[in-house]
Amino acid sequence: MKFAIVEFPGSNCDHDAYHAVKHVLGHDAEFVWHKDTGLRGADVVVLPGGFSYGDYLRTGAIARFSPIMRAVSEFAAAGGPVIGICNGFQVLLEAGLLPGAMLRNRSVKFQCEFVHVRVEHTDTPFTAACSPGQVLRLPIAHGEGNYYAEPDVLERLERQRQVIFRYATPDGAVTDAGNPNGSINNIAGICSEKRNVLGLMPHPERACEAALGGADGLYVLESIVKSVSSGAVMAG
Amino acid sequence: MRVRVYVTLKPSVFDPQGKTVTDALHSLGYGAVGDVRQGKFFELEVQAATIDEAKQIASEAARTVLANPVIETFRIEVDTPVAAGAGAGL
Repeated sequence: MKFAIVEFPGSNCDHDAYHAVKHVLGHDAEFVWHKDTGLRGADVVVLPGGFSYGDYLRTGAIARFSPIMRAVSEFAAAGGPVIGICNGFQVLLEAGLLPGAMLRNRSVKFQCEFVHVRVEHTDTPFTAACSPGQVLRLPIAHGEGNYYAEPDVLERLERQRQVIFRYATPDGAVTDAGNPNGSINNIAGICSEKRNVLGLMPHPERACEAALGGADGLYVLESIVKSVSSGAVMAG
Repeated sequence: MRVRVYVTLKPSVFDPQGKTVTDALHSLGYGAVGDVRQGKFFELEVQAATIDEAKQIASEAARTVLANPVIETFRIEVDTPVAAGAGAGL
């Protein structure tokens, strides 16, 4: 199984993703430069965290026009699994592959800490190895993760069960106390209507070994492996 | 032609930076200042024959990249071109 990890100028979690895929999961990983136009036959596409184009203008606003994004859009439209982590989520929003937008954190601070998220639905390629309501402890590191969507969009996201992760307390209560950035409805991650594109602010790839302070990210990564190897999700 | 594009968050969208600036102003004694909304300001030099054409080009640029229509709105102003020679020699 091969993961393509897209590198934009300013990506800085690309190597974290590479390490998680290659050395922890034991699968193939290949970097794909943002000026490339093909995904080299990958089964999974990762848009990693970082500060693409220095976050100039808006987070992800310039990266969405990179040549590689056309291939990513086509891969997603064909049903291939795409996961956008942190800045990757912001790029997916700007590209229109997921609905909504990011605002500055309500604290107006860069929040860098471990948080808890509750798994809302397990019928996605990214949560298939999780149990419903499972609480994952994952790190966040962002200044603009305050998810926003207009009321009609939000209503549709909820109705179509596209909210996949919500910020919660360690015991799984979705309350304001568990919300690190002010995201509407405590949203930490959403998927596309076809459920093959996921964006999330927490970093599963940075929590895949005990040495990194936690291994709950493996639930997400192993879900992808399980879904792809079983043929439940593929481009084509 | 010089075109100015003002991008601001929609009124319905919470502006954490604007709120912080409001609080700072109040703590400095500027009680007369009510709400503050923070936005972005762009100056574009646009090659265009008419003001309408310049506005059209800038609007398209604003819709495509300068503003995110999910959370932001924009307003455009174009400087009225000064006729050749006007103001010279004064």
